Amino acid sequence: MSEDVQSRIATLVGDNDVVLFMKGTPLFPQCGFSSRAIAILEHLGVAYETVDVLQDQEIRQGIKEFSDWPTIPQLYVKGEFVGGSDIMMEMYEAGELAQLLTDQNVARPA
Amino acid sequence: MPMAADDIAGMIQAAIPDAQIEIKDLAGDGNHYAAKVVSESFRGMSRVKQHQTVYAALGGRMGGVLHALQLTTALPN
Repeated sequence: MSEDVQSRIATLVGDNDVVLFMKGTPLFPQCGFSSRAIAILEHLGVAYETVDVLQDQEIRQGIKEFSDWPTIPQLYVKGEFVGGSDIMMEMYEAGELAQLLTDQNVARPA
Repeated sequence: MPMAADDIAGMIQAAIPDAQIEIKDLAGDGNHYAAKVVSESFRGMSRVKQHQTVYAALGGRMGGVLHALQLTTALPN
């Protein structure tokens, strides 16, 4: 992964409390796992940013190296990799995702 | 080239010998599976680490030939 991609990813991850690298957009998710991740974030009522990896192949490959995680979507909270769609679901169902947001002082306007 | 359920289970078993593995074929196309992996070796590991261990067992096929593996990991009760 080039320096440029690495720093672009670091900026995306660092500048946003909650950012989801996904396939497609919240309105038009292009993959079941990505739409499930969006549904979870919507249920949590947290403000979040998304990055459509389908629009940027360099980010699509680079993010997998960045987190040592082979698939999309990928959720980051306060710069930390949280997991993919499965882990988001497991954590959400166990109430751990809401707890993480509280622990990390992420505003939940809803 | 899709993967067979037994191949997936075999790879995970080889890398995590004590694992109890359940594989469900979600779509019948060799590309969409759900897997539950229960192993004592996950104790103390974060969920991300547990999943990464299973992905490593699949030797980089995850996200490649194996498009979708809905993965659940757990400790034996």
